[in-house]
Amino acid sequence: MSPRIEIRGLSKAYVLGTGKSQYVTLRDDLAAFIRRSIWREASERTARDELWALSDVSFDVDEGDVVGVVGRNGAGKSTLLKILSRIVEPTSGEVRMSGRVTSLLEVGTGFHPELTGRENVRLNGALLGMTRGEIARRFDEIVAFSGVERFLDTPVKFYSSGMYVRLAFAVAAHLDPDILIVDEVLAVGDVGFQRKSLSKMRAVAGEGRTVLFVSHNADSVRSLCDRGVHLRSGRVAAIGTVEEALSSYHAELEEGAGALDGTTRREPDGIGGALIDSLTIWDGDGQPRSELDSGEEIVLVVSLRVEDELIGQPLYLGFGVDTGFGSSVFTTFSSWQGVGFTPRDNTLRVACRIPSLPLVAGRYFVSASVLGELEVLDRAARATSFVVREQGDEILWPHHVATHGSLRVECAYEELPVAEAGVDPEVAA
Amino acid sequence: MEVVIKRVEKPRLNLREIWAYRELFYLLAWRDFKVRYKQTAIGASWVLFQPLFTMVVFTIFFNKLLGVSSPGGNYPVFVIVGLVYWNLFANSFQNASNSLVANQSLITKVYFPRIIAPLATVLVFVVDFAFAVAVLVGVMAFYEVRPGLSGIALALPMLLVTLLWACGLGTFFAAVNVRYRDVKFAVPFLVQTLLFVTPVIYAVGLIPHAFQIFTYINPMTGVITSMRAELVHQGTVSWPGVAISCVAAVAAAYLGTRFFVRGERRFADIA
Repeated sequence: MSPRIEIRGLSKAYVLGTGKSQYVTLRDDLAAFIRRSIWREASERTARDELWALSDVSFDVDEGDVVGVVGRNGAGKSTLLKILSRIVEPTSGEVRMSGRVTSLLEVGTGFHPELTGRENVRLNGALLGMTRGEIARRFDEIVAFSGVERFLDTPVKFYSSGMYVRLAFAVAAHLDPDILIVDEVLAVGDVGFQRKSLSKMRAVAGEGRTVLFVSHNADSVRSLCDRGVHLRSGRVAAIGTVEEALSSYHAELEEGAGALDGTTRREPDGIGGALIDSLTIWDGDGQPRSELDSGEEIVLVVSLRVEDELIGQPLYLGFGVDTGFGSSVFTTFSSWQGVGFTPRDNTLRVACRIPSLPLVAGRYFVSASVLGELEVLDRAARATSFVVREQGDEILWPHHVATHGSLRVECAYEELPVAEAGVDPEVAA
Repeated sequence: MEVVIKRVEKPRLNLREIWAYRELFYLLAWRDFKVRYKQTAIGASWVLFQPLFTMVVFTIFFNKLLGVSSPGGNYPVFVIVGLVYWNLFANSFQNASNSLVANQSLITKVYFPRIIAPLATVLVFVVDFAFAVAVLVGVMAFYEVRPGLSGIALALPMLLVTLLWACGLGTFFAAVNVRYRDVKFAVPFLVQTLLFVTPVIYAVGLIPHAFQIFTYINPMTGVITSMRAELVHQGTVSWPGVAISCVAAVAAAYLGTRFFVRGERRFADIA
């Protein structure tokens, strides 16, 4: 079987501007031109920073494959997607695709607030490559799927954001391409609608269509795709089954975690004034730990360096825990409990105590942030990680986190007496 | 159907592809037209009022107060013939220049031949033009001016010359506008200057005879002067001049679209 998508040596370089602003004015360029001709700064252009968003990417996608492309932010996923969608041109290399290609970079492309739902369906469908005949044929189906029949002749500016997304996705879901290229546009709408969209996507994949799905959320990639590509700094780091690609991606994430131990000086990721120096995990006895059992006491400890002008000002701390697959497990802020901390000198240490860790087995990443009255002063994303050990009474495969969730909820099972004559005893009473 | 994506060294205008995207072209024009008069009380009637009102204002100020005369003596008819074509040019040019920036959200999210954006914008004003022609017919009937047959025959070719000229300038400035937002400020100024350089308010006879032929390098001079002479019998037209106007319009359309297509690959990078 010949591959449906053939990517050969694909590279894309962006020239980084010298200024902060992307919008140059004629005057700036004229000034640069004059400088160049007077000072013979002929090499200025090459001296500018070039960013290789993609370098030498090659892989094939066979007919009927559903391929997930994963990678961190800035790994080149969006660039790849934009090249495949013909929005930007590659610097070198080429892509061959056979069949009708549709790419979905956002839902509701071209939706105009002043136009009615009906009018926007026509416009959006045409933008996504549907012919007038196709739109007319599938119009009723699209409307039924969206569930906004009643508001079809209302301008979409009066729609709730949920209705807007449903209508937009309904158009996308009724495209009929041979190759579908999708960004993580599924992460919109309410949960019920997301599920509906996801199963629609799965149906599309099941019909032997080729799908390229780009996401940083490993959970949705796993549930949708059968093959995976892991991009790292613009290059292909792994290619193969979904599990192979995801474990490579996971390994990359783990490399980055735990680096924050107070020895490295960083720039604040926020407005500054206080800097997170270290983030460590203790057990209930104050011993540093990296592996814990579910239900154990856990203490998240953060050390801060505080600049002089913030001494005596209240600071608030926040912690977040995620699965490393892009799914957040929980977030907590000291301000939610009305707790602030006033540093008396240049250092501050705060502990957040969780009496019983409610998580199933797996690896979790911890982020911390420090806030002033209004703004985030510094943030340390995934500064450390810990492992919750498997317990004897549960058999867990890593991917169960994706389908079953990551919370371990305390619950009690009991058998109830069978209700008489079909009447629920609770209701009858 | 196979799609090959790679860097093209010298891109050319792909007419077959533009034809394939004609539905989107109509839809974008239709969208702009629909959206324009939303939340207005008199809606599309504005299309009729604008040329009529401008005609009245110009007649009062230029003809009655400043004493600008027209060769045939009927200034309102004289000025509205010019305005019908001038407005098409000015609106098309100005809005086409802004079309890529206005459709930025589309350009960074979905593929289509980018030239559709300025062309669809121009199509909107062709619809306006049709309404303006109806106003012109009404004004001519009111003043009992019999249209010349040669003028009727010239109406469509001159429409084409106007469109080529507007598309040439419009595509050029639209491409420049992606990079230099200065265009947004420069184009209205340019249109205003052109209004005075072009014989819209005055007759071409006002210009010293030796220089008249040079004014035809501006295609709108050829369009307006020939329509006035042939349709409403006001003034004379230099046919070699009209030929110059036609050549200039074709050249502008060729150079403008060429510049546009060459720059097309960078639009999404810097838009």
